[in-house]
Amino acid sequence: MQRNLNHPTIVTIEKVIEETPTVRTLVFSDDIMPNVLPGQFAMVWIPGVNELPMSIMISKESGKAAFTVRKHGPSSTGLFNVPVGGQIGIRGPYGNSFDVKEGKILLVGGGTGLVPMMRLLTFLKPTDDVTVLMGAKSKDEVFFEELANDLLKNNPHRVIVSTDDGSYGEKGFVTDMVEKLVNETQFDAVYVCGPEIMMYKTVQSAHSRNIFVQASLERMMKCGVGICGSCCVGEDLACRDGTVFDGEHLSTNKEFGHLHRNKAGILENY
Amino acid sequence: MNVEPSIATSIGPIQLDKPVMLASGILGISLDVFNRLYASGAGAVVTKSLSTAPWEGYPNPTIFSVKGGGWINAVGLSNPGAAYFAKMIEPNQDVPIIVSLVGSIPSDFESMIKEFEKCKVKAYELNLSCPHVAKVGLEVGDDPGLVKEIVSTVKKSTNVPVIAKVGLGTSNYLNTVSTAIDSGIDAITAINTVRAMAIDVETKRPILSNKFGGLSGTPIKPIALRCVYEISSQYDIPIIGCGGISSWEDAVEFFLAGASAVQLGSAIGDNWVGVFDDINKGILDYMKRKNYSTIKEMVGLAKKS
Repeated sequence: MQRNLNHPTIVTIEKVIEETPTVRTLVFSDDIMPNVLPGQFAMVWIPGVNELPMSIMISKESGKAAFTVRKHGPSSTGLFNVPVGGQIGIRGPYGNSFDVKEGKILLVGGGTGLVPMMRLLTFLKPTDDVTVLMGAKSKDEVFFEELANDLLKNNPHRVIVSTDDGSYGEKGFVTDMVEKLVNETQFDAVYVCGPEIMMYKTVQSAHSRNIFVQASLERMMKCGVGICGSCCVGEDLACRDGTVFDGEHLSTNKEFGHLHRNKAGILENY
Repeated sequence: MNVEPSIATSIGPIQLDKPVMLASGILGISLDVFNRLYASGAGAVVTKSLSTAPWEGYPNPTIFSVKGGGWINAVGLSNPGAAYFAKMIEPNQDVPIIVSLVGSIPSDFESMIKEFEKCKVKAYELNLSCPHVAKVGLEVGDDPGLVKEIVSTVKKSTNVPVIAKVGLGTSNYLNTVSTAIDSGIDAITAINTVRAMAIDVETKRPILSNKFGGLSGTPIKPIALRCVYEISSQYDIPIIGCGGISSWEDAVEFFLAGASAVQLGSAIGDNWVGVFDDINKGILDYMKRKNYSTIKEMVGLAKKS
């Protein structure tokens, strides 16, 4: 019988990569997730714990995909702690994907927001001039730098790491670096994923200069398919209309960058 | 000259331009989304069931896709509470909003209705049939004494039409219908989701965090249709059909069984918001082909055959 993509498929974790003390990548075999478009996500069931929306990470091995998770609350810690041989359920892929442009490209990722950026890198052309900006709080929290350089080895490229405390790479907030970069270079496209304030400022920096920009929004999701409504952002449903939205559209959304909903659906300020 | 048929409909005192509404529990926590659904062809939107205080609902997984069609959900009636919600919809003028309410005792409903005094509310729908939250929903619907008290209290509290949403619980749902009618209800929505569960064979666990949830979508359509037919055969009360409607043929089936309008939810998961316009167009084409000028002409026709 054909696989029902809305139905959880159980996969076994085959490898766990320690990215930082708080970030791990869990690798598994599957016939669908290794081939999804950049920006798409899966609903990941950690039996006995919860079910979470997760961006789908690439793997260098054929037929394998991964999830990269930072331990934070009980649910993400539950996924972080799944050992080799542990089983999780996956359904999807869900959501739209980034529109892949050509030319001078800037990718901005904060924390595990780098995951869709890594997948996007694999869709770029060798002729693209690529800048990857990675944001982290401190040196301990930097990951994927080597992977990004490796994926871009055939491109004209640079990978810039900025840490809030200056313990590695450039010192300062990612958004200040974005502002500097878009002043220096007329990019053909900017892509961003990370904390919403970071995305908001990045979208503003690019959109105000008429640069094509897309952001992948993160909201609390329950169903992933546009039924429950918990991930709505203004009139948009992050799961169904997104998670990727254009800067043009986001600039008209009253909630983006300002408000998110709690578990009861009450709007709260960022 | 043939007059273009109209898909406008009346459910007792409730007049709608279009007969397909958004069912409760689906998408309904943002006025912006309501506006979008109305623009997409929904005749009305029913809100998530609101309680006196905000409820977070259950942890995930809260929803499960059944192989072969349909969903089981135990979202747990998560909602921001009646007071917050009323403030959010206060600016609304255009969208016909039906406010769904859930509670345990008559005073819960009475106090929530007060919150909506400044809002333009098309109707209230009392959720007497949620199958997966204790002390509300089906536990209320299965208690005729409580149904009587709640409906009577609500009817005294407002001049806005009141609908009772019934479902399949441990007692005969027709008793709930009968009690609600005797207590002055204006219309009945039938049915809610049906209590169900799913177990994963690999991990040997119930999938939903709440273990039990409500089955919706195509698997329950024949059951919902039977209920609408039964209610319309036994009682003279306007009915809204709900349960597994995903096409114009489904909607027309419910009209023929005795419903004056329909609600849908699960179909949005499959066909997204375009489903409203698709169904409206299908109904209109059917009416032209069969020479009906109003929805009313179709209501209950299957009982006469």
